[in-house]
Amino acid sequence: MNDATSQPETMTGAEILVNSLVQEGVDIVFGYPGGSVLHIYDAMFKQKQIRHILVRHEQAAVHAADGYARASGRTGVVLVTSGPGVTNTITGIATAYMDSIPLVIITGQVPTSLIGNDAFQEVDSVGISRPCVKHNFLVNDVKKLAETIKKAFYLAASGRPGPVLVDIPKDVTAHRSVFEYPGNIEIRSYKPILNGHPGQIRKAVDLLLSAKRPMIYTGGGVVLGNGSKELVELTKLFGYPITQTLMGLGSYPATDPQFMGMLGMHGTYEANMAMHECDVLLAIGARFDDRVTGDVKTFCPQAKIIHVDIDPSSISKNVRVDIPIVGTVDRVLQDMIKAVQESDRKPDVEALAAWWKQIEAWRATKCLRYDRKSPLIKPQFVIEKLYELTQGDAYITSDVGQHQMFVAQFYKFTKPRRWINSGGLGTMGFGMPSAMGVKLAFPNETVVCITGDASIQMCIQELSTCKQFDLPLKIVNLNNGYMGMVRQWQEMFYDKRYSHTYLEALPDFVKLTESYGHIGMLIEKPGDVENALREALALQNRLVFLDFKIDPSENVYPMVAAGKGQHEMILSPYQEERELA
Amino acid sequence: MRRHILSILLENEPGALSRVAGLFSARGYNIESLAVAPTQDPSMSRMTLVTWGSEEVIEQITKQLNKLVEVVKLIDLSEGSHIERELLLLKVKVATANQREEVKRLVDIFRGRIIDVGDATYTIELTGACDKMDAFLKAVEASLIIEVVRSGVSGIGRGQKSLYL
Ligand SMILES: Cc1ncc(C[n+]2csc(CCOP(=O)(O)OP(=O)(O)O)c2C)c(N)n1
Repeated sequence: MNDATSQPETMTGAEILVNSLVQEGVDIVFGYPGGSVLHIYDAMFKQKQIRHILVRHEQAAVHAADGYARASGRTGVVLVTSGPGVTNTITGIATAYMDSIPLVIITGQVPTSLIGNDAFQEVDSVGISRPCVKHNFLVNDVKKLAETIKKAFYLAASGRPGPVLVDIPKDVTAHRSVFEYPGNIEIRSYKPILNGHPGQIRKAVDLLLSAKRPMIYTGGGVVLGNGSKELVELTKLFGYPITQTLMGLGSYPATDPQFMGMLGMHGTYEANMAMHECDVLLAIGARFDDRVTGDVKTFCPQAKIIHVDIDPSSISKNVRVDIPIVGTVDRVLQDMIKAVQESDRKPDVEALAAWWKQIEAWRATKCLRYDRKSPLIKPQFVIEKLYELTQGDAYITSDVGQHQMFVAQFYKFTKPRRWINSGGLGTMGFGMPSAMGVKLAFPNETVVCITGDASIQMCIQELSTCKQFDLPLKIVNLNNGYMGMVRQWQEMFYDKRYSHTYLEALPDFVKLTESYGHIGMLIEKPGDVENALREALALQNRLVFLDFKIDPSENVYPMVAAGKGQHEMILSPYQEERELA
Repeated sequence: MRRHILSILLENEPGALSRVAGLFSARGYNIESLAVAPTQDPSMSRMTLVTWGSEEVIEQITKQLNKLVEVVKLIDLSEGSHIERELLLLKVKVATANQREEVKRLVDIFRGRIIDVGDATYTIELTGACDKMDAFLKAVEASLIIEVVRSGVSGIGRGQKSLYL
């Protein structure tokens, strides 16, 4: 029946927002309410499709959404109020931006009539977030809301992913409009390149097949671009050594003989030496970060460099490359595999044998040696045990410091998206909230947060969130009583002047955890490490905080001091021979 | 280090300009001048940005600009033959007949125009390439200059070379 008076049904902006999120397949939103998002929270209350996880600090909401995104590959979603709600998210947004993680952050804003008046809880959210988002929007008309949300999700997840912020004034969430969610979206000024240039790919493969001392170096881009399968296939096809950045770990199995360990500041001796000596370097989804290159003037001095990346601005930014290839990592690697298979050239077997012999000689330095007989708990030992007990199959998040490097060195990741840490920004406080996001994405998997006594206190309040939402994380606190990584620099480069790195007033972490309603364990002897870990892992439905009192003097080796060349490593002073004698 | 003139088609949206400006300050790139206004298509602005730097820096600048979601298209005009123009508005003191004569003579030589005459001032309009403005400003007696207003360079490619959607 065509009733002349019948109008198309309208909704409020808040309802349009929630329905748009449903259209995007969002199942979880991490957030914290406040004045300017009251309409949105009311709409959230009335629906059942989206679960809202109430954090205890907005920074944690972003880290949790970030952990969710890194582990699942889906876009993480955050909802916060204006003013302090937004400023609290900035650390989280910058963290996600540096590691190219797809997030959509919805922020409330004061009503449009008050914008620019220094209104209560007004902050220029678009301005304050601009340098650390892929893009952002201020929605000043309810009619544009659905389309803007569509654009935000598209931008966040496509091309080089990243966080996108959508600022919505309160009145826009109250205004009514017809809800129409766009099916597809075109942005004329945004066209990511997907396929690598065939000529460049052919040139790259020719160069790789003519190499005498080849090296493959890959980064977070392979994880984010879901190119792990192709990477393994290509690396096996070549038979070349492969090293990975902190962000790349897991996208090639660390248990494989071709794997050389991580490279860079705390990379293995063999990986850094092989980088220094190689004649052809294939870099994939990596960005030649200063923690990887050391002094760029002495970086891979003999190598012709091939660089595969989704982001043209990553190419030749820090190090000039010879063959750039822009495209998605899975497609480019598929094309490379095909080109290798079709080529009449084969890798130079003789040269390769000599190269591997050299690599074995470097490996023989056993650069990750440490004192296994120490009466104190060694952090490396805890990670090794955790690796054994979880068979390398757990989701591991970390904070920032020595403990993070020990995980990277000693936990042998064999699958992508299992290793969740803040590489680019190096954000202390990331570990526990990101683990919450991982656990929510994979409720049946073991999720372990490895942290330090300083880092854990930056978002410790989230123990409360874990209680409310029943998130049985395992928290491994490698408690050295110091900001270990900073102390290490002070020991090595500031004559042991430990300026403000001793924490002295640490809480009793066991009691603290218990007061939040979880289980705490204190472990002080190496002989108790394995049992404690076993017990904690067996308590599948409880959050367990394991406080390991570790050797406070342990340092991370090898180390390339800031500004030094990649081949100039400081090696562990510990000698296994002495142990045997 | 060379001077480059980048011509940019930009979405005509609030915030687009600050994204460009923010990029330059955040990454420590130079801006010599920046001129921007809407085009025949009101949804797009055309920006001319003059910068300088090594080839590597200019390459990064163009890549970073292209990465901004609101940048539709971009060319480096200085890579080919092009025309650049700037508008100069200049107010000078002209107290004596001599001074009036001298200023008028210079304006004629540089093919400018006197567009306003006050009790003791002339306002001059001059267009041309950047170096012409510089030469003109040098030629005018410094003590006579009251105000200098320059628009910043606008540029366009010669012949077939065009920037459009
Ligand atoms: C938010 C933040 N502030 C400061 C730093 C600088 N920083 C890097 S590592 C570190 C010490 C971390 O100590 P802890 O969490 O105890 O870990 P450990 O190094 O002892 O394993 C500090 C202060 C940082 N990365 N992040």
